[in-house]
Amino acid sequence: MPQKLHYLAETPSQTAGPYVHIGLAPGAAGFDIYRQELGWDIAGPDAKGERIRVEGIVMDGTGSPVKDVMLEVWQANADGFYAHPEGGGDVEDGFSGWGRVITDFETGEWGFDTVKPGPTTGRDSTRQAPHLNFWIVARGINIGLNTRLYFEDEPEANAKDPVLNLIEWERRRATLLAKKSERDGKTVYRFDIKLQGEDETVFFDV
Amino acid sequence: MLKPGEFYQRNRERHPPALTRDYKTSVSRSPQYSLISLQNSVSETTGPVFGHNDIDPMDRDLIYNYAQSGESAIGERIILHGRILDENARPIPNTLVEIWQANAGGRYRHKKDTYLAPIDPNFGGCGRTLTDENGYYYFRTVKPGAYPWRNWVNNWRPAHVHMSIFGTAFCQRLITQCYFEGDPLIPECPIVKTIPDPEAIEQLIAKLDMNATIPLDTIAYKFDVVLRGRRSTLFENRLEGN
Repeated sequence: MPQKLHYLAETPSQTAGPYVHIGLAPGAAGFDIYRQELGWDIAGPDAKGERIRVEGIVMDGTGSPVKDVMLEVWQANADGFYAHPEGGGDVEDGFSGWGRVITDFETGEWGFDTVKPGPTTGRDSTRQAPHLNFWIVARGINIGLNTRLYFEDEPEANAKDPVLNLIEWERRRATLLAKKSERDGKTVYRFDIKLQGEDETVFFDV
Repeated sequence: MLKPGEFYQRNRERHPPALTRDYKTSVSRSPQYSLISLQNSVSETTGPVFGHNDIDPMDRDLIYNYAQSGESAIGERIILHGRILDENARPIPNTLVEIWQANAGGRYRHKKDTYLAPIDPNFGGCGRTLTDENGYYYFRTVKPGAYPWRNWVNNWRPAHVHMSIFGTAFCQRLITQCYFEGDPLIPECPIVKTIPDPEAIEQLIAKLDMNATIPLDTIAYKFDVVLRGRRSTLFENRLEGN
């Protein structure tokens, strides 16, 4: 008699729908219910490293902004450690490394403040270039999309990054590079995400 | 000692594909290139950790968490409960579970929802909780109503509760929807039908749970959620780079 393997199967995903804000950002849906919403402060007041702002827009296949998208970000601190028991080392008090971001309903623009992460340990003794991990959900997205933001001003680290180097088409790697600028003395990185079409952003099966 | 290792690869055949033509919004929001498959690094095997300072015990009670003093939400009173497990059938303790839903009339408290069913002044429509040491969670709420939506002219969503779950790693992150046993709208729904595997759809249908029902008070539905499991490191697979 054959032996059976008793694994459970992962619960299937369903779209977050147009009203994701009610559950995950109720203030944006138009009401105040919780003592505090989660994910608005990524770095905390005591984090080391360079303070940066990250901004962008998510575009659909017609080139229109996706105004009901929600993004989550997960990042290491300036030392390259994640705020997790297996994250590589201690992080500053108040550093969570996790953020939740929604767009302006009129324009589709989103943005958040954080610190620039350091390089992290990769597989097989490699170093991963500084990056932010994104998870993107919205109406019309059946299963959350994973991607990464890399920094255009880290060309040497990016050239050695094991994940960027997995992308066979060099020109597609550029879709993961955030563009640097300055505004009011503050560093701003622009990261536009294209769900579909010309220069479609690289998404990962993690 | 066995160390926790990489996560099992996600079986994409149990999930909806990105492009599902009968759910029209997916057509322009679905990537056309293949996903690039990554082996886990520390960026995927870690994820945010939440604690009891982040949320309040009342957050799990949708009948009262937005109600005026002495009042409560209108609708069929239900307990929605279950366990968050991984594919190895191990409970996932202390993980954040968040839900949101329409009220008993099928109306969402959202500035973008214009359906003619009325807002319930005592119902917000969201809740959150942490699983206990056995991976168990529970909410009290009202059963949401079905509602029409623009896809084809006459599409109705079955009663459903949206659920967001974290697990312990960013690669386990999941948002899904919980339906209710016996709802005839389930097999009609283009969003349900984005999932190609009928057995996987069955996993999204909460079952009437008479044993958890509170007599003369509240009916109960059970909804277990399974997140990705991970293997143990038997031989060094160099995930940590040493």
